[in-house]
Amino acid sequence: MYTQGLDQKDKPAGTPQGAETPGQVEAFQDRIDAEDKIEAKDWMPEAYRRTLIRQISQHAHSEIIGMQPEGNWLTRAPTLKRKAILLAKIQDEAGHGLYLYSAAETLGVSRAQMVTDLLSGKAKYSSIFNYPALTWADIGAIGWLVDGAAIMNQIPLCRCSYGPYSRAMIRICKEESFHQRQGFDILVALCNGTDEQKAMAQDALDRWWWPSLMMFGPSDNESKHSAQSMAWKIKRFTNDELRQKFIDVTVPQAEFLGLKVPDDELEFDEKTGHYRHGEIDWQEFLDVLAGNGPCNRQRMAKRRKAHEDGAWVREAARVYAEKHAAKDAA
Amino acid sequence: MSDKEWPLYEVFIRSKSGLSHRHAGSIHAADDQMALDAARDTYTRRNEGVSIWVVRSSQIVASDPAETAAFFEPAEDKIYRHPTFYDMPDGVENL
Repeated sequence: MYTQGLDQKDKPAGTPQGAETPGQVEAFQDRIDAEDKIEAKDWMPEAYRRTLIRQISQHAHSEIIGMQPEGNWLTRAPTLKRKAILLAKIQDEAGHGLYLYSAAETLGVSRAQMVTDLLSGKAKYSSIFNYPALTWADIGAIGWLVDGAAIMNQIPLCRCSYGPYSRAMIRICKEESFHQRQGFDILVALCNGTDEQKAMAQDALDRWWWPSLMMFGPSDNESKHSAQSMAWKIKRFTNDELRQKFIDVTVPQAEFLGLKVPDDELEFDEKTGHYRHGEIDWQEFLDVLAGNGPCNRQRMAKRRKAHEDGAWVREAARVYAEKHAAKDAA
Repeated sequence: MSDKEWPLYEVFIRSKSGLSHRHAGSIHAADDQMALDAARDTYTRRNEGVSIWVVRSSQIVASDPAETAAFFEPAEDKIYRHPTFYDMPDGVENL
């Protein structure tokens, strides 16, 4: 899961660093332009490093917080099979968070620092996870739409110029398509079910459609860091390009399910071969980002509590390890 | 209660017998056994491995990327180490 253009909160990129000479910066850009991958200990501009730390850690946080809306349904999955599948998916999200934290750590930020920033509210995560999963159909919609949007975002990241991030994304993308399919599978079952079940699926689509489109981030003329990220080949497509691709592939899937996309202006444009869509409510996006979505406080409270509740386990493991290390040394 | 960070381990996985172990990523763990268990749960949820090595990241000695050119320079001018350096006369086979 994840990503969205959360990058608009950053300080201006490219703060001059005394140690960076124009020659170094130019040689770096030449490597990027030649599609060479940048590895952990290679020289890189400070702004490139900071951009990646911010993006990768936000991505990791999103995976971790993203377990919550789904975890909400674990004990109420309709069958044992669905429960086992959901459990496997949530475990994958935890795994994805871990791949990404370790990729971010190669840039010189500590795991403890990233966790502290998440818990203090300083770091952001994808705002899609601040929406509640109200019914079982939401679990279907999350897999289909939220993971679907994430895949759109993540596939180009497999070619990102930073090696450790690119490798983490390749691993994640391999696992992600299971997530999307299991979601669609849930909705197929509901849409072939009773009228009430189908209405539940429609309701989930109604609530998740627009937030899923917002996952691609602000539109291109509002997105401040797109150009630099594109030049660095961290990003390969703009927010609007990816959003359009997502709409183009997803609308026919909704039609297959017999569900109506909640956008009266949605229309296929024969000339361009793309769907035209209605205006996105960017005020809602900004509100959720600012902390005022339906579940922001609940998500953070739960994450903090989980961290605090686990403190004794971490402490015990550390003491045990120290005791045995001392014994082995003796 | 202290929240000191657990040490970092690098994870190497052999995907099947006959292949080398390959770097998969890293994890934090309090001790070696926990590192192995966590590496299994993190990196082999879909049978990606038949063997795992974990090693404390602090124990790895690595070449310096800033010195790459100089470090590998000795191999640069020895093209005669490659079979393609030698022109074989026409008519000679199995060589």
